[in-house]
Amino acid sequence: MFKSFEPNKIFAITSKAPKYVLSLFIVVLSIGLMEALVLSPEDYKQSDAVRIMYVHVPAAWISLGIFSHLALLSIGSFIFKNKNFALIAKSLAPSGFVFSIIALVTGSIWGKPTWGTWWAWDARITSMLILALFYSMYLLAWRIYKNKEQVIKITSIIAILGVINVPIIKYSVDWWNTLHQPASINILSNNSIHISMLIPLCIMTAAFALFSLLIFLMKYNMELIKVKNKGLDRL
Amino acid sequence: MINEIFSMNGYGVYVWPAFSFTLISFATLYFLTKLQLLKEQKKFAYKFGSLNDEKARVARSQSINKEILSNILKI
Repeated sequence: MFKSFEPNKIFAITSKAPKYVLSLFIVVLSIGLMEALVLSPEDYKQSDAVRIMYVHVPAAWISLGIFSHLALLSIGSFIFKNKNFALIAKSLAPSGFVFSIIALVTGSIWGKPTWGTWWAWDARITSMLILALFYSMYLLAWRIYKNKEQVIKITSIIAILGVINVPIIKYSVDWWNTLHQPASINILSNNSIHISMLIPLCIMTAAFALFSLLIFLMKYNMELIKVKNKGLDRL
Repeated sequence: MINEIFSMNGYGVYVWPAFSFTLISFATLYFLTKLQLLKEQKKFAYKFGSLNDEKARVARSQSINKEILSNILKI
């Protein structure tokens, strides 16, 4: 079932893809920045401070999405004993970590003009901080443990435990009284965000997703070359 | 017009640092990853170059090794 996804077969694609993804990312990001910083309207309450949303929200979404994928891949590597899943998860984690940091920092900057404080131990912010800590533990585990079997087990456990936090982040605004407003974008019901703000938000999300794909491809290629370097040592 | 974009009704001091931090983080992660990738590619080229003819023939028989070498040659 997973034979067509074997590293040897897909390396021809993953090694060529980054230059195309980088070009597309630059185009989409340029359009997104133009929309977010110049063309989109200011908010009637928050004025221009609302523009921080165009980096804060996509960063939070992508970091949550990547962590969910880490957990799924970890479960997959446990069930199917496929080491390629662990390699894919390892390559996804750095961009997820950077996005969680961007979400925290830009959220803190946005907090000052809207709430009057850089930081509050609010349920959403605290759970987001916990996500960043899980990302750090995941990445550190790959650096600390050298035994491959052991590190795959430990990182998988971290990802599976950490994914419990993902629904907590998502529903924290509904379960607790927080400074954050409830979700403005719902797939199943009407959005409370105006289309003139939704479009730049979607473009910036696409740009951020392309960036995480770019970093993933570069990291994955690097991991495969590392494996092949070890293979040359064994010859 | 330019002043309006920079000041953003007084919120420029928050908006520009948020965007700058994001873009600097992107650039840092991209260049660090690129450096690491180049380092591994160089290591591969060095190891491949130090193989004897027989071992090099065996290594070259794997398509992924050929692909890595062709990427290194393009750099």
